[in-house]
Parts: sequence; C-alpha cells; structure tokens
Amino acid sequence: MEHREIVVVGGGPAGLCAALQAARLGAKVLLLEGDDRLGGQLIKQTHMFFGSEKQHAGTRGVDISAMLVKELKSMDNVEIRTNAMVIGRYDDGALTVDENDEFKLIYPEKVVFATGASEKMLMFANNDLPGVYGAGAVQTLMNVFGVMPAKKVLMVGAGNIGLIVSYQLMQAGVEIAAILDAGPQIGGYLVHASKIRRAGVPILTRHSVKEAIGTDMVEAAVITQLDESWQPIEGTEKTIECDAICLAVGLSPFADLFWQAGCEMKFIPELGGHVPSRDENMETSIEGIYLAGDVGGIEEASAAMVEGYLAGLNAAVSLGYGLAEAEGLRADLKDQLNDLRSGPVGDKIRSGLAKLQDD
Amino acid sequence: MLKVTGIPTTEDVAGVTPPIERLEKGPCAVIECYQKIPCNPCATSCPFGAIVRDNDINELPVIDWEICTGCAICVVNCPGLAIFTVDLSKPGKAMIKLPYEYLPLPQVGEIVDAVDRGGEVVGEAKITKVQEGKAFDRTRLVWLEVPREQAMIVRHFRQKE
Amino acid sequence: MRLEEHPILKFDRGPRVTIYFEGKPIVAYEGETVAAALHAAGVYHLSDSQEQHRPRGFFCAIGQCSSCMMVVDGMPNVKTCIVKVKDGMSVQVQRGKGDLGWSIEK
Repeated sequence: MEHREIVVVGGGPAGLCAALQAARLGAKVLLLEGDDRLGGQLIKQTHMFFGSEKQHAGTRGVDISAMLVKELKSMDNVEIRTNAMVIGRYDDGALTVDENDEFKLIYPEKVVFATGASEKMLMFANNDLPGVYGAGAVQTLMNVFGVMPAKKVLMVGAGNIGLIVSYQLMQAGVEIAAILDAGPQIGGYLVHASKIRRAGVPILTRHSVKEAIGTDMVEAAVITQLDESWQPIEGTEKTIECDAICLAVGLSPFADLFWQAGCEMKFIPELGGHVPSRDENMETSIEGIYLAGDVGGIEEASAAMVEGYLAGLNAAVSLGYGLAEAEGLRADLKDQLNDLRSGPVGDKIRSGLAKLQDD
Repeated sequence: MLKVTGIPTTEDVAGVTPPIERLEKGPCAVIECYQKIPCNPCATSCPFGAIVRDNDINELPVIDWEICTGCAICVVNCPGLAIFTVDLSKPGKAMIKLPYEYLPLPQVGEIVDAVDRGGEVVGEAKITKVQEGKAFDRTRLVWLEVPREQAMIVRHFRQKE
Repeated sequence: MRLEEHPILKFDRGPRVTIYFEGKPIVAYEGETVAAALHAAGVYHLSDSQEQHRPRGFFCAIGQCSSCMMVVDGMPNVKTCIVKVKDGMSVQVQRGKGDLGWSIEK
C-alpha cells in the first residue's frame, strides 16, 4: 500500500501535461501508464501540430511527446511508472494497479484520470476478418514499430484521424485505395484533405463499406453510396481491391474509472458518449477526482494538453501548491482553450460542453 | 466543392492568388488555407511579419504580398502543408516551391509528372532544387519549374516509373 | 514487411531475437510486440473465434478487443498486441477458448 499526493493516470498528451503542471508548482506526482511507453497517441503523430505556440504548434506530435517526457524525467518530484495499468478505483479512494503483473494498491490525495479514448467499431459483413484494423492500431504498427500494415488500404472515415492516418500510410509507402465517409462532407481539416487529394487519393463522401471480402484475410471491400438518410443506395455497390480496411469512425471516451468511482456521468453525443460532469477546474462531482483530455470529450490533442495543464494546476492548488501564480496560469489556460474552441471547427465541442453545463 | 472532394474550386484559388504583377517581380507565398481552424504557425514563423492572423488564431491568414519575399519559411512551417510559393520572374516559366514529406526524394534535374490539386497529371515539371535542413524539420522544400500558364495549377508531382 | 526508411521517423529497434510461430523461426526485435513481429513476417491470422471458428487478426493494438489472443509459451489468451517478444518465445494460433490444462470440474 502506498500513499501519494497526486496520481496522474495515463501518460498521453493530457496526462503528461497534468503531471508536468502539478510538478512545476511543487506537488509530488506519480504518473502511471499502462503501456511501456509514454506519449499515448502523440508518439504516432508525424505531422506538425495546429494551434498556437503555447500548444507547440508547428512541432510534430512525436517530438512534442519527447519534449514533455524529457522535462518530466528531469524533475525530482515526479515518479513515472510504466507497465502500470490502473484497473479500479474504490470508495475509500484506493486505486488498484496491475504493475508488471503485480497487484498494487495506491492511495492518492488527488487523482487526475487522463485515460483517453478507444476506437469505435463499424458494422458490416466480415468486419472480423484479419486485415480490418482500427486506425490507431495501424499507426502503432507503422509509426511505433516500423512495420508496414498492408500494401493497399481502404480508409473508412474522413475526420482528422482518417485523413491523418491516410497521409501517414502514404508516408510509409502504402497505397490508399480511397477514403470513404458516410457524411455529406469531409469532417476533418480541409488542409489535410487537400494534401491527400492532390496526391491522387479519392475522397468519397456519402459512402460506406458494405462488406469485406476474403477467406483468411481481407482481399477486397464492397463499398456503397448512401442516400440523404444515410441508407445504402441499391445498385451503387463497387468492389475495391485492398488488403486492409482501416476504420476511423470515431472514438469513445475510456470512462470506466469514473463510472466505478461513482462520478456523475452524462451522455453527450457531441463529446463522444458518456463523460463525467466537471466544473471549470476539471474536477468531477467527486472531490479530488479530476479529468483531462479525450476521456472527457473527444477533441484535438492540443486541447487535451491544455486541459491537462489545467487539471494538474487545480489538483496542485487544492493541496496548497502554487497559490501565488495559480490565478494567472489558470486564466491563461482558459484563454488557450477558448482560442482552440472558438472557431467554426469548435462548434461540436462547444455545444457538447454547453450541454454538460445545462442539464 | 472543397468540403466534399478536398479540391478547392477555381473561385477558391482566385481568392488567394497574388496579382500577376507581384508574381512577375519574384517569388511570393500563396496561402491555400480556406477553412477557419485554430492555427497560426504561418504568422509566427514569417520573419518579415507579412502574415497576420488578426489576434484570433481561428481567422484565415492575411498576407501582405508586398512585404512577402517568397522565402518559403512559412511553406515548411504550415502544419497543413497548404502554402506554396510562385515566381513568374522568368519569361515563359513559373517556379513553384512546395512542401514535400514523402520518400524517395526527387533529384535536381529530374523530369517529373506535374500534378494538379485533384491529383491529375497535367504535364511535366523539372526539379530545380530540393532543400532540407535543420530549420526545415524534415519537411523538404521542392522547387519545380513548369510552364507559366500552369503556375496556379501544379501543386504536386509524381516521379516517373 | 519492415519499414527501413521513413521521411519523418527513425526506428530504434532493439537487439534481434528469434520467436517461433507454429514452430517456424521468425525474426523479431526486442521492444516490439508479438503481433507486430508476426505482422512483419506476414502472419495475419492470429486466432480462431470460439463458435464459428472464423479467422481473427490484429485490430485495436491496445489490449482491448481480444482479437489477437494467442497461445504464448503454452499459455492461452495472451494479448499479443501488447505483450513484447522474448528470445525463444513460442507462439501458436489460438483455436477457440484455449486450454489451461486444468479445469474446476476436474
């Protein structure tokens, strides 16, 4: 059994920043990451980030991760433990941890859950064939382990993940047969779409995958056009040769720990599903439990980082650290979040967050 | 339509095209950014202060073509790879600098297929320079020479088999 | 197939080791997952589903979907997308639920 000041659960962009900010203010921080590498989704991002300087815009995701990890590792008041998966949170405040196959109990005074999100599945015939992958899995294979996921990929989803992963596949020398999206318009940033389009990849809106074809693995896909009510239009089926179908059809917050803790949860489709209620300091309905990043609503990594700083700041302040600088820092972080969310591409997250406040 | 196909329309492009007289004086950045997204490295990277995002990182960038020198620093700093430079100072020819993040890199002097915004081959281009360096952070700047009338058409290239 | 060249990334592979897939030696590198090593060697069919015995492969890469569970060194239900290779490791396709070699009934 261990007692800790602040425990941050999850070593992705939100968790790294939460740990950093709390530690910069002097709090003693333990960062727990289930994987053996820190960085979460950041380490798979080869593109320069959007946003402003404060969120490291213009720097590649993989390099942002390295910078954050380097600073964390240089701090004496931070302990980082990888291969340490938090599997439960109990009423007495205990976190149960599977650390290198050993079971451990940790009691934090404050905890920040920055557990991220998991990929959504799509229903179609033979979607269980080898060669049907989640987009994150494809990124892990090629950008973390340097393994070619396939030769020719059909991408399903033209949001930012579908577009970015398509681009990354092309950088790895993989052909993209097409990018499909069920919606009437491209959901991701149009600059991503344009750079892929000029490289010769068709983007087909109002299209979906109907069936994967193959015996032992994917050999082709049948795609179909959708009508205005998102229903397949008969007779529009086309067979596309490919050895992989990559799904980038949205993310669901990984909110299990909040459920188990008994935090108030709300179903907000704009945020990706069930998410914990929170106040403006990123604290949930249970005192001492904070959140940051995709687990509270699916958004860009830049926003996840700022939320991380904000949650880490408030957790530290609640323990009496950083009282002098807290107000200025907090105001700046809130301004940054506003900047990231105030434009037209922030519509969805803004309406989701508004619903969270309303109900 | 851009939002459906990923290809900007001719009207979209016309709205960001510098005046011909400016392009005939020498290289100038063409910012092909049509959607309000929270992003500002073009403005912060410009050493001459030629690009402004009007205090709101969601506003579209505004460039002063008279201040722009066509140095292309914004080209390698734009996260969307949406900036190019165009130079019409040589008679009959257009020099285009574009950001490139694929392998293999082309060789200087190589003749490649010139590709438009829709991914179609529209002719041939000659590679005149391939720039890389620490400040470029792995985005290469590839210089293409194309016929003058294709200055605002060619935005990519494909190496011949 | 492994990526040797990439316009942005450099791959720091660990020391070379050998794992055995259905008895056949496969090159792997320390630090990579079993599923990644198999993938690099062209092995995509990792398990058979319990009821219909349909082929299953790699899907989520974060230890959530159970599609990649294989028999590793005799132990069934190992999530090969998150378990790292070890020199000499034996890996087999898992058919159905897997057999621990004992049961409560016995």
